[in-house]
Amino acid sequence: MKFTVNKKEVFASTGGRPFDKKKPLIIFIHGSGLSHITWVLQTRYFAFHGYSVLAIDLPGHGYSEGPALESIEEQGKWIADVIDSVGVKEASLVGHSQGCLVVMECASQFPDKIRSIGLMGGAGAIPMNPELLELAEKGDPKAVDLMMDWAHGPAGHFGGHPVPGLHHINLGGSIVINGSVKNALGVDFRACDNYKNGFEAAKKIKCPAINILGDRDRMCPVKEGKKLADNIKDSEVEVIENCGHMILLEEAGKSLAILKKFIRNNHPAE
Amino acid sequence: MDPKTYKFDTISLHGGYMPSKNAGSRQVPIYQTTSYLFDDVDHAAALFNLEQGGHIYSRISNPTVQVLEERVAALEGGTAALATASGMSAIFLAIMTLCNTGDHVVVSSQLYGGTVNLFRLTLPKFGIKATFVKPRDTEGFKKAIQENTKCIFGELVGNPGNELMNMPEIVKIANEAGIPVIIDSTYQTPYLFKPLEHGADIVVHSLTKWMAGHGSSMAGILVEGGKFDWLKTDKFPTMTEPYEGYHGLSFAEEFGPVAFTMKARAEGMRDMGPCLSPQNAWNVLQGIETLSVRMEKHCSNALKMVEYLSNHKSVAWVSHASLKDNPDYELAKTLLPKGTGSMIAFGIKGGKEAGAAFIDNVKLASHLANVGDTRTLVIHPASATHSQMDEATLKLANMSHDMIRLSVGIEDIDDIINDFEDGFRAAEKPRLVANK
Repeated sequence: MKFTVNKKEVFASTGGRPFDKKKPLIIFIHGSGLSHITWVLQTRYFAFHGYSVLAIDLPGHGYSEGPALESIEEQGKWIADVIDSVGVKEASLVGHSQGCLVVMECASQFPDKIRSIGLMGGAGAIPMNPELLELAEKGDPKAVDLMMDWAHGPAGHFGGHPVPGLHHINLGGSIVINGSVKNALGVDFRACDNYKNGFEAAKKIKCPAINILGDRDRMCPVKEGKKLADNIKDSEVEVIENCGHMILLEEAGKSLAILKKFIRNNHPAE
Repeated sequence: MDPKTYKFDTISLHGGYMPSKNAGSRQVPIYQTTSYLFDDVDHAAALFNLEQGGHIYSRISNPTVQVLEERVAALEGGTAALATASGMSAIFLAIMTLCNTGDHVVVSSQLYGGTVNLFRLTLPKFGIKATFVKPRDTEGFKKAIQENTKCIFGELVGNPGNELMNMPEIVKIANEAGIPVIIDSTYQTPYLFKPLEHGADIVVHSLTKWMAGHGSSMAGILVEGGKFDWLKTDKFPTMTEPYEGYHGLSFAEEFGPVAFTMKARAEGMRDMGPCLSPQNAWNVLQGIETLSVRMEKHCSNALKMVEYLSNHKSVAWVSHASLKDNPDYELAKTLLPKGTGSMIAFGIKGGKEAGAAFIDNVKLASHLANVGDTRTLVIHPASATHSQMDEATLKLANMSHDMIRLSVGIEDIDDIINDFEDGFRAAEKPRLVANK
């Protein structure tokens, strides 16, 4: 659905069901340069099981009006604005990669609006490889190829997508390429690299949290994810074997099962 | 710093498959099953509603077929693929996924005869009409586009005349019109040409041909490029509007770069069901393992045959884009740097009668209705593969009655040439008798 946040048009997938503000809301926040498409194997389930879902396109991504927001702090604030814009008092947030930083920042700045948080591949900081950052800021598609290489574990490189016929790396790459390498991915990478407040934000989080990690994740190694979880008061960690950084797609079924249990316990639907 | 994602030859062998998820089996297992156990009622409902990925019934998807789909998607650079029972069913599925009654498509006139008949005779029964344009008539493609046109369809190198479409220019035309380009790339395989890298949106293959190579199994596939923005206009309601069959799902909104494949599978395989058997998928996978090696030999043998035929006294003309006097020579050099393929069309002196004598007297080359086998194949299209086309359609396809279609195999080139010598010798006899 399309709606307005801060006078700009925003697109969010509602998981195939009409948005209903009477139902508990879950907001899904994608990773660097990506879009709502990455959440399709989580959103439809929740949308058909008692929740309202908004898998948002961050500003300047997917079908949302730009420009992209240049800092994680702004993006965290913007998520709170999304909650206000749709007329809801509170939401659970689920993020992937950069989206995890946004989730933490929002939950720390606006604790009363956030019921629970789910992180997939969450770390306290995402320092960027300088060469990768430079390529992305120049708009070089090679940045996408490198990102897709590093982001995917064995399933991405060999095969075995949970949805028959889909190709992990080419699908992920096309989501980024269909947007703007320079104005979305480049801005996101710089925002991640600049963000130093992750552990401080984590300490301020009051709601229940879960960090779902992949043991083959080269972008957010398990030890970094556990370090982050140690800084969140009420948090748990789940590690999925043979899984890279694209947990939400590589192990869509397992990550959804973990998320279902967590959300149902902490933000139940009637 | 370069990405370490696997390259073409490695993907040909390993793409789409992880032994660790299949009991350590080094070879891809053949999942000879119709259906798959659900964990519980919730799981079943989630699979049927596309909330989760997984297999339900082998008409929709199958783990062995899935390996083939991911491997071909990887080789073509696509976001997704859907394997079908044959190349023809892949084409039919592609058009039915895209078009409604009252829609129109612009089609190259030089296509496999079955494809011509699909567009000329069968699709009109569903209210989908086609305008045929000669492959080299780039401006003609532009002129043929109407308000209700939903795609441009063609073969880069047309069957059987070997004329090239100017794909880069045709892609520009399609982009301006906001419609996708569908390319049947059976003749090229991704080893010679990747249409998606040149702006096509959907690729179809008859995998029965060079991809498999062994001539033992029927199979087709469609591959999605993932770049076409269905939501940009309201031209594609089948992709963008809520679909009653899945509780109001908009395929484009939910699935973006794989929306076409998801729709083709969820609707097309469900309702029409041209599924590929796991055994045939496995057979095709065996062929793909050696795709590069075979294509190299196909192309090198083809070049030698082009030279041989071009200098033969019994040959009136040869059509192959590797020839410097061929109108497509420069375009082929740009689009097909690794080789112009192993299909050769040539005209035999003495016309239809000489052609028949030639075909009846070659022994190594097989006379049959297939192309892309490892073995050399010959046919007289006007009396076989394209015989159901009327004279006007044959003319539009630039097909003459003296044309022989040759699919060059990977046998020893000397043996192929010796065999052709026998054929030409026999073909000359009726003419010598007539001259006397």
